[in-house]
Formats: sequence, C-alpha cells, structure tokens
Amino acid sequence: MKHKKNHIARTKGELSYEIFSTILCVLIIVLSLYPIYYILICSLSNPFAVQSGEVMFTIKGFTLESFKAACKTPGLWRAYGNTIFYTVFGVVFNMFFTATMAYALSKKRLIARKFFTLLVAFTLWFQAGMIPLYLTLRNYNMLDKRITILLAFAINAYNLIILRSFFEQLPDSLEEAAFIDGASNIRIFWSIYLPLSKPALVTVGTFYAVSRWNNYFWAMNILTDDKKLPLQVMLKKLLVDRVAGAEEAAIVTASSATSPDTIIYAIIILAVIPMLVAYPYLQRYFKSGATLGAVKG
Amino acid sequence: MKSATVAARSAAAKNKPAGGTERPLNKASFRSRFIKDWDLYLLLLPGLIWFILFAYVPMGGLAIAFQDYNPWKGMSGSEWVGLQNFIEFISDDVFLRTIKNTLMLSLFNILFCFPAPIILAILLTEMKNKTLSKITQTVTFVPYFISLVVVCGMVISFLSPSTGLVNVILRNLGFEEHYFMVDPDAFRPIYTLMMMWRETGFNAIVYIAALMGIDRQLYEAAKVDGASKWQQIRYVTIPGLMPTIVIMFILHIGKLVKVSYEAVLLLYQPATYQTADVIGTYVYRTGLLQQDFGLATAAGLFESLIALILVVISNRISKKVSDSALW
Repeated sequence: MKHKKNHIARTKGELSYEIFSTILCVLIIVLSLYPIYYILICSLSNPFAVQSGEVMFTIKGFTLESFKAACKTPGLWRAYGNTIFYTVFGVVFNMFFTATMAYALSKKRLIARKFFTLLVAFTLWFQAGMIPLYLTLRNYNMLDKRITILLAFAINAYNLIILRSFFEQLPDSLEEAAFIDGASNIRIFWSIYLPLSKPALVTVGTFYAVSRWNNYFWAMNILTDDKKLPLQVMLKKLLVDRVAGAEEAAIVTASSATSPDTIIYAIIILAVIPMLVAYPYLQRYFKSGATLGAVKG
Repeated sequence: MKSATVAARSAAAKNKPAGGTERPLNKASFRSRFIKDWDLYLLLLPGLIWFILFAYVPMGGLAIAFQDYNPWKGMSGSEWVGLQNFIEFISDDVFLRTIKNTLMLSLFNILFCFPAPIILAILLTEMKNKTLSKITQTVTFVPYFISLVVVCGMVISFLSPSTGLVNVILRNLGFEEHYFMVDPDAFRPIYTLMMMWRETGFNAIVYIAALMGIDRQLYEAAKVDGASKWQQIRYVTIPGLMPTIVIMFILHIGKLVKVSYEAVLLLYQPATYQTADVIGTYVYRTGLLQQDFGLATAAGLFESLIALILVVISNRISKKVSDSALW
C-alpha cells in the first residue's frame, strides 16, 4: 500500500482507522470460520490426536474412517432423502399458496382488500402458538403424516407481504392491456406477472427453501414414525441428545480409527455440505431479500 | 418481459377506442365487480382457506386456556374453569423463573446481539479496503445458513467435558476442566455468544443497505470541515443509520418476551433450568411432553399477549420520537 502524503483522503486518522479495521476484520473472519474449520480438520484426523488436543490448526494423521463410519449411521441417508423431499415439495406448496394470495391482495380493486390484508398482517403480531396449533393438527387428524409438513407451513405471512409489495409496484398498464385483449386474471397472473417477478419469486423461494431445510421443531412434534423424519430431527438425536447412533456406527465399522466424537464431526460436515455448496447462490438472494423486507415491511 | 412490453404497446394503441370498456372502479356494485373479477377471488381462495385453517382456527383453540382441557372430550366437552390456568401458571414457582430467564436472555440479546451487526456494518462500509470488506461480509454470513440443530450440536461438542475444544484449550493452558453445559451460570453467555455468531452477519445486511443510501457528499462536507474519521462516523454515519436502527429496535422490542425457545430447547438441560427455562420451553414441556394442554396454552397466551402489547407500545413511542413507525 502506497501512502500518498498529498492526497487529502489519506489523513493520519484515516490510516489508523484503516489499520484498526483491517485487524478487526481478520479477527472477525477467524472467529466466524474457525469453528467450522476445526470440525472439518477433526473429522479428517486420527481420533486419538483429536482427543489429546493435538488437532488445532492442521489435520493430524489423516484418515477417512470417521466419514466411512458416519455414512453408515443407521437412517442417516433416509433422513437426508426425506429432507430433500420436504424441501422440494414444501417450496412448491409455499410458492403456490403464497404467490396466488399475494397477487390477489396486490390488486386495489379487490373487494375487502384491507380486511384480507389485515387478516394476513395480524398473524405477524399475534399467533395462536404451539399448543393450539398442535391440537388443531391433531383434530384434523394430520399428525404423523408427510403432507402435514408440506401443508401446515405453506405460508409465511412475512414472505407473503414481501411478494405482495413486489406485485404492487409493477405498473397497472401491464394488466390493462391484457384485459383489453380478453385475458383472464389467472392468465395475466401466470403469463405476465409471474415471469416479470422472477427476482422476487426466487428470493422468497430461497427463504422458504432454507427454512424448510433447517426446520426441526415441528417435524419433531408432528412426525413420530422414524421413516418420515427429516435430517434435522435425526441430527438432533445424534448431536444434541447423543443417542447411540454415532457409537453404533463406531461398532459397525469396528475400527480403532474412529471415535464417537470424530464421527459426530463427520456427520456435521455431511449435514452442512449442501448449504455450503449452495452458499454463493443463497447469499445473493438473502441479501436482496433482507433489504426488500426492511423497506416494505 | 417481451410479451409484457408487446401487451403494453397494444394497450396504448387500443386505449382510445376501447375507453368504454375500462374497468369501472368506483360506481359498479359489489356484485358486478365480483363477477367481473371472479377468477381473482379464485386466486385469493387457497391462501385464504390456509389462513383460516392453520392460523385462525388454532386461534379459536386458544379458548382451551380457559378450560380444564381433556383431549378425549375435545373443546366442546371440556369443563370451563375461567382464569384458573392463568392463576396456576402465575402462582407456580416456575412462573417467576421463566419470566426472569426470558427477560435476562432478551436483555443479553439487546446488549450484545443487537449492536453487533450495527458495528459490523459501520466497520465494513467505512473501510477503504473494499476487497477485505467484501470478504468479511461474505464470511460472517456463512453461519446463518448452518441449521440451529447443527450449531447447537457444535456448541455441545466444543464444550463437552473431556474431549471438547474449549476444555482441551483450558487443559493445555493449565486451567481446570469445566463442564459448561450443566453450569447454570454459563448458560446465558453460551446462548448469547452462539446467537451472535450465527446471526450478526445476516442482521448486518439491512444496516449495510441503509449505509449505502447515505449521501456521500455529507462525508465530503464533513472532511472539508476537518472532521476526523471518528467524528464522521459519530455525526454523519450514525444519524444516517438512525431510522433503520429505530425500526429494527421496535421489531426487537416486540420479541422481548419471545426468546427463541427452539434454540434454548436444544441447549438446556434439567441442570440449567434455573437460568435457561423460558416461557416457550415451559409451554413445550407442560403441553407437548406432559400433555397439560390447558395450562400450557394459558402460559403461551400470556406470552403472546405481552408480546402484542409491547409491539403496540413501542410503535407508539417510535411514532412520537421519530418519523419511523411500522404502521
């Protein structure tokens, strides 16, 4: 870095601020990434080295045994598949219910528009809560069914309002022209508004996808059948409740090169890989979404 | 895009002769308005039904807060007991504990988690080195995409008694090992740090966007007046950011009593209930685990009502002190 003395912006104060902020940034980067990095190097190291605390900055005694054992955790892949199912079809349900209603609410000519909007907005500030929702689902006979996960969480009021605001700011002239050509509302929605709203739809869809992927609480309470459980509930059992899964896997591999700890680290890595792979994409849409919501909220 | 512009053009061409067919907005009766746009209401319908079935019917279910609810008899068969559930909740020792813990976790949150993204945003936008700024922003955003379950699993692993990272470091430095997860005094710092690690990068985005909107000329003017970097931040950046901070703070106040029970549920243990048990986890335990639905619903309703009141009040206040308000 060249220090240009005669340049007005480069005052002494600015330089010291620059040094201070650089140090702070590096520190923040390390703090943000180190936990994930540590787990990665542990999962690839010899468990004895991990236990004795030798693994801090680099892999010691490289081995893939922990990953092999993690892959054999009973039910892990089924749970993985379930999560993909819930995420993909969940987002389809989300987008259908959210976009249709958001579009209808964006039209000023809708009768009782204010009332319907209030009906949506009110749920932002007041919800029935855990127990009434649970009992309602039970009354509907919807417990322990896959469809419940898809349907009961089909709309997030916040996302709906984001989409409505987006539809609202598209010019009315788009629609007027098509009406004169004799197009129906549904047709205009489908072939004019949706294609024009791609950025907003993708943003909201991404919001939904991440929350679908990460949801554990309701899946844990609604689903009792192990075969239907998503990855997060499975992970809760393995990582938080520490049920025997990891130990079982250790026994299955019957190898001295694994320990429950390193297997758990390997499972964590397997669980976060999809998110990290999708990260550059997710980041872009979450950024645009966060500002979208804040402005229009 | 193309079809839309074509359509718009054809509209411009047809508009004059077809003026009579323009949608009459004010004079038409409800009936004719409805018939003309019947399929718009068809689009409204799925969402409307969803809100009725999954948001408002459960709200009706809140009535069991006033019942000695018996799941076999249902809502119509159960006995009405007035405020008895609320009295039972409030007179229970657990009540004060959950209220205190809820407020303490919120206080920790406001003291540490709320300012962190503001500071990060200012730090990143005021830097000259844009590459490092971009990298830092990207990196701090990563933890947000790691699920709560995994983050809590990581915390539990790191803090585990003998083999966890933190205890390994303590041991190497010559300190005694400590089992943090069963230490009531450690719960609040653990929870707060975890939330800070996970959410600061994400929460900073809103502030960064707001900072981008500040007129650069203000900085130039401040520099001409001889303002130091610190003074620029103090007198230009922070005032420019204030409306956003106020809005975010209002949103925060509304959540004061709504601590993320999903995270607490993953981290707490019976040994740490005295500092960790919040209203949400109490509702979960009494309702879904012990099946005392009436009591749990009453506790949940209590929490929701206070949250609602807080949102209304804080919004009123913010309307008075500034122009920014949520509605």
